[in-house]
Amino acid sequence: MKKKIIAFLLTITMVISLVACGQSSDGSGEKSTSGNSSDGGDKTLTVWAWDKAFNIYAMQEAEKIYQKENPDFKLNIVEVAWDDMQTQLGTILSSGDYSQLPDILLMQDFAYQKYIMTYGDLFQDLTNSGIDFSQFSEGKVANSVADGKNYGVPFDNGTEIAAYRTDILEQAGYTIEDLTDITWDRFIEIGKDVLDKTGYSLFSSQAASADILMQMIQSAGGSIWKEDGTPYFVDNEILKESIKVYKELVDTGVMARTNSWDEYIATFTSGKTLGAINGCWIMASIETAKDQSGLWNVTNMPALPGISTATNYASQGGATWGITSNCKNTELAIDFLNKTFAGSKELYDTILPSSGAIATWTPAGESEVYAEPQEFYGGEPVFQLITEFATKTPVFNTGIYYTEANDAIAVAATNVCAGADIDSELKTAEETVSFNMGN
Amino acid sequence: MSLRKKQNIMGWLFLAPGVILILCLSFYPAIQALMLSFKTGTGTNMQWCGLHNYMRIFQDKVFRQSIKNCLLYLIIQVPIMLILGMILASILNKPNLKFKGLFRTAIFLPCATSLVAYAIIFRSLFATDGFINAILMKLGILEHGYNFLSHPTSARIVIIIALIWRWTGYNMVFYLAGLQNIEYSIYEAARIDGANLFQTFFRITIPLLKPTILLTVIMSTNGTLQLFDESVNLTMGGPANASISMSHYIYNKAFQGVPNFGYTSAMSFVILIMVAILALLQMKVGDKRD
Repeated sequence: MKKKIIAFLLTITMVISLVACGQSSDGSGEKSTSGNSSDGGDKTLTVWAWDKAFNIYAMQEAEKIYQKENPDFKLNIVEVAWDDMQTQLGTILSSGDYSQLPDILLMQDFAYQKYIMTYGDLFQDLTNSGIDFSQFSEGKVANSVADGKNYGVPFDNGTEIAAYRTDILEQAGYTIEDLTDITWDRFIEIGKDVLDKTGYSLFSSQAASADILMQMIQSAGGSIWKEDGTPYFVDNEILKESIKVYKELVDTGVMARTNSWDEYIATFTSGKTLGAINGCWIMASIETAKDQSGLWNVTNMPALPGISTATNYASQGGATWGITSNCKNTELAIDFLNKTFAGSKELYDTILPSSGAIATWTPAGESEVYAEPQEFYGGEPVFQLITEFATKTPVFNTGIYYTEANDAIAVAATNVCAGADIDSELKTAEETVSFNMGN
Repeated sequence: MSLRKKQNIMGWLFLAPGVILILCLSFYPAIQALMLSFKTGTGTNMQWCGLHNYMRIFQDKVFRQSIKNCLLYLIIQVPIMLILGMILASILNKPNLKFKGLFRTAIFLPCATSLVAYAIIFRSLFATDGFINAILMKLGILEHGYNFLSHPTSARIVIIIALIWRWTGYNMVFYLAGLQNIEYSIYEAARIDGANLFQTFFRITIPLLKPTILLTVIMSTNGTLQLFDESVNLTMGGPANASISMSHYIYNKAFQGVPNFGYTSAMSFVILIMVAILALLQMKVGDKRD
C-alpha cells in the first residue's frame, strides 16, 4: 500500500512538472516569436532586415527619429540573413498562414519582382498611401512596381564602386588616378604589375556567384534577357566579352577567387587583395578594418574593352522596404516609412557617414553631408563621387529569374576558367535557365 | 476480457502516442507532398499536371549531375567509412587494450558536433590560406596554397574526408555493440584451431556482425543520398555544381530562385524511390538467412 501511494505521488509530481514545463515554454515561445506582427492597438512594428552594420542600423536610426514625435512607437528589428529570409518566406507563404510575417521587411531589389509575381498578396499596395514616389530615382522605384502599382519604399542604392588601398598602390608606383576611367585590359596590365611587385591581387570575388559578371554586363549597357523575357546568353557579345575578361582576371591572378562570403570579406580586410569592386554598401565591411583608416580611396570600375556602349558604372544590390499583408497597423507603418525613409533628411544625414547608405531619395542628395571629406578614404568626399556615379549608371533589367541566370552564368564562367569552350558553355547555361523557366 | 486481449489492448495503447505523432507529423505531410508533386506552377499558383514533373526530371541536367555526385559519395565514402569503423571497433574491442573509454569517446565525439559547425570548420581548414595549406606549405609539399574547394575533384575529396571524419565513429559504435554480442570463447576456439588474425576477422567477426553491417549500410546509403549540410556549407555545391547533392539542389530550386514546389516535391520523391530500391537490394543481398 505504501509503495502504491509513493508511486502515485511521484506520478502526480511528474505530470505537474511536465505541465508546468509546457506552460513556461509556451510563455517564452510567445515572447520570442519573431515573425508575429503587432495587433491594432500596440504601436510596435516588427521588421526583418539582414545587415547589422547597414540596414538594421538604418532602421534603428529611423526608429529614433520617429520616436521624437511618437514616443510610444517601437520597432522590433529581427536580424534574418537573406538566404534564411527566402526560406522563411517560401515556407510561410506557401503554407498560407501569414501571421508569421513581420510588418515590414527588407527585400533585395533583384528579388522584388519575383515575390510580387509568385506571391501576389505578400506586399501591400502603397500606390495611394501618400508616399511621394516621384522623389525617388526612377530606375530604383521600378524594382518594386508591377502593373503600375507601387509595392515598396526604396532604401539604398547599390552603385558600383572600386575601392583600393592607396598605400599599396603607391608601393607599386600607381595612384588612384591610374585606375580611374580605365578598361579591363589596362586594369589587368596594372594588376599583373602590382601582383609582381607587392604580391597583392587587385580585388576578389566569390566563385559561386556571377555578380561581378552581371556588373560588367550592366556597365556596358547589356542585358541577359531578350525582349520577350527569354534568356539571352548565346551570341550575347557583351556577356561573352565579360566572361573572357573574367577568365583572364582569374588566369593572371589579378582577381582572387574565394569560396564563401566571409573569405571574401577577409581578402581585403586582412590583406590578400588591395581592393574591392562591389556595390557601395561594401564600404561598411571595408570600414570594419579600423587600422586601415585613411589608406583607402574610391573610384569607378573598369569598363569592358571593345564594346561601344561600355561605361565605368554599374550597380549591385540595393534593397527596398515592403509592408506585408500581415501588417494590421498599416497606417502606422506607412506613416513611419513616409516620415523616415521617404521624408527625413536627418535620417540620411546620420546613416550616410557611418554606414555608407547612399540614399535613393532625391532630396537627401542635396544634403551637405555628401560633400564632407571622409577620413577613412584619405579625406576625399567619396559620397559625392558615388552619387555622381549613380546618375551615370545604365539601366539593367534583373528579371524575375535573376537568381537562376546568375547561378547558370557562374557555372559557365567557372567551367570556362577550367578550360571549357565559351560558346558551348553559354549554350548550356541558356538551356539551364530556359529549363528552369518552364513549368 | 481474456488476459491475451487485455494485453493486446494495452500494447496498442502504449503504441498509440508514437503512432499518432508519426502519422500526423510524418505521414500526413508526406502524402501532401506526394499530391504537390503532381502539380506545377510558381509560388502559390499551382495547377494539376499529372506526371509532368516526373518526366521533367529526366531533362534536368543539374539534377542528373547531383545524382552522379551523390552516387560517387556513396560508392567511395560508404565502404571506406564502414571498413574503417569495423577495424576501429575490433581494435577497441580487444579486452587488454588500455584507455578504451578515452579512445571510444574520442572517435565518437565528431558525431556530437553540429553538422553546420563542422562543415564550416572543414571549409576554413581547406581554404586557400587555411590550416591544411599552411601545413602542406611548411612541409614543402606545396609552394603556393592550393584552392581545394575550387577544383571539382579536390572539392569532392574534401566532402568525402569530412563525411568520413563525421560518421566513422557513429558506425563504429554500432559495430562495438555488435561485437560485444559475439562470445569470446569462439575466438579462443579459433585460436586453438590455429586461425590467424585475418582468418578470425573474415571468418568469425564479419559473418557474425552481418545484421549490424546491413543496418549500417542501409543507414549510410540513406544518409548519403540525403546529404545536405556538407554540400551547402562546405563547398556550396561548387565549383560549378561539381559537388552539389540532390537535397541541396532541391533546396536551391525551392527557396533560392523562383519557387516551384511541385517540381521540387517530385525530385524529393525520386530520392525516396532511390533510397527504397537501394535498401531493398541491400536487404536481399545481405539478409541470406540459412
